[in-house]
Amino acid sequence: MLHDLSIGALADRLAARELSSVELTRHFLARIERLNPGLNAVITVTAENALADAARADARLAAGERGALLGIPLIHKDIFCTDGVRTSCGSRMLDNFIAPYDATVVAKLKSAGVVMLGKANMDEFAMGSSNETSFYGPVRNPWDTTKVPGGSSGGSAAASAARLAPFTTGTDTGGSIRQPAALTGITGVKPTYGRVSRYGMIAFASSLDQAGVLAQSAADAAAVLKVMAGFDPKDSTSVDAPVPDYPALLNASLKGLKIGLLREFFDGLEPRNAQLIRDALAVLTSLGAETVEVSLPHLPMSVPTYYVVAPAECSSNLSRFDGVRYGYRCENPKDLTDLYERSRGEGFGAEVKRRIMTGTYVLSAGYFDAYYLKAQRVRRLITDEFRAAFDQVDLLAGPTTPTPAFPIGAKMDDPVTMYLNDIYTIGANLAGLPGVSAPCGFVDGLPVGLQLIGPHFAEAKLLGAAHQFQLATDWHTQRPRGYE
Amino acid sequence: MSLTRQDVEKIAHLARLSITDREMPVYVSSLSSIVEFVNELARVETANVEPMAHPLAGQRQRLRPDAFTDSDHHEKYQRNAPQVQAGLYLVPRVIE
Repeated sequence: MLHDLSIGALADRLAARELSSVELTRHFLARIERLNPGLNAVITVTAENALADAARADARLAAGERGALLGIPLIHKDIFCTDGVRTSCGSRMLDNFIAPYDATVVAKLKSAGVVMLGKANMDEFAMGSSNETSFYGPVRNPWDTTKVPGGSSGGSAAASAARLAPFTTGTDTGGSIRQPAALTGITGVKPTYGRVSRYGMIAFASSLDQAGVLAQSAADAAAVLKVMAGFDPKDSTSVDAPVPDYPALLNASLKGLKIGLLREFFDGLEPRNAQLIRDALAVLTSLGAETVEVSLPHLPMSVPTYYVVAPAECSSNLSRFDGVRYGYRCENPKDLTDLYERSRGEGFGAEVKRRIMTGTYVLSAGYFDAYYLKAQRVRRLITDEFRAAFDQVDLLAGPTTPTPAFPIGAKMDDPVTMYLNDIYTIGANLAGLPGVSAPCGFVDGLPVGLQLIGPHFAEAKLLGAAHQFQLATDWHTQRPRGYE
Repeated sequence: MSLTRQDVEKIAHLARLSITDREMPVYVSSLSSIVEFVNELARVETANVEPMAHPLAGQRQRLRPDAFTDSDHHEKYQRNAPQVQAGLYLVPRVIE
């Protein structure tokens, strides 16, 4: 079936003119129509635009143009501004917001000839680890629709896992690509901070946010990342460094690659999950990699550090939603303060308000030093420990999440328990490091992810290791029942 | 340390968020547990550690020439505004 094919195989068939982009687009639109009602992964379907984009891609192909993504459909996380298309960020606040321009990620993919099928559901303003905080309702995990898909890129992950598109985009502030990729059995890549432009990506925590990709394999992700990555003068923290040819580097040998096992990531890990990670590492060592145990003593502090830094930055970023220039406005405001307070109080959901208030508290007079500056100091300790580890090893490895997908509703009443779900992913965001989650087995029928973390700009090495692992295993080719 | 209702009311006002009476007890309890959770940071020895605001060391803010790089989009942008008149955003009267 078309949705089983890799991006490379699809591009070959498009190039050979055995398949048109319009046919391919119709195939995925039909899957969305049939399968999305059970998942709630896609919240805006742009069928008409998609078919027009596909016809344009076919014309380019007919004219002899070739490209890795030319004519390939995708779904964007609804955090990326898409010119003329609603960009809600999963919030009532932006339910009526029609983006007036394209995010750089969207523009780059568009000029490569991708076809946007629609926009994916997500935790409101990317704040959540289960996709339950969305104004549009929870997303369901295709492996078990009573379970969460993870978050915040939960719609993107569920859509990729259910093959509603060959790939989807996502963002990762504390694990929001890697964690849902792990819980839905797909490959997720969070690039180095600054590698992919943040322009037009609605800001949550500016020193942590990074865009990436959720795909069927590391090879597919490499093809997409090559297009997404690169310097953008419109993003003041974009890094001006050449983009490696990731697909061409996938076959580097793992011989002699030193992988550090993060001791802290195995403390208290459920034994069956731990065994799958050890099995995955055994595969990597059979391919020539060496493993050594590594300890980052401050890593367990990454969750409290994050839950100071991220809310602080969120409270500042989300101050732009004031009911004046765009977004939700309350009815009959009696004065300007009432307009601000009720537009924000009614427009934001419970978790977003909780984070804004946490951030406001830690930044307020009298608490700034004890919380915000303190967290920034601990952030440096964690980052320094990562740097020291990378003096000894090429990559670090461990689980992506402490458990497989949990039931919808299980953690919604206890924010701290929900926050601890990100315990293995947050460290990479604090230090700005790239990370990959690749499927490595199942516990009780639910997917488990292997996480690899690299030093800054080591995406090629990460993708290469994940690709070699996927050549030797078939976990990434497993399909949830009902979505074959 | 736990937060009181008065603390949360003050934070909500600083953040310009109206919180309903029904929502308030949930925030008092959940914000208290979050504050208690992040208090773990106090146990970490950080004397002489510089605060870190940005993950890429040594990166400097770039400057660009002070020149036009884009055209005027205000009409398009204002299509998203709740209330606009003659190119201006309307809000309730501030000065009587």
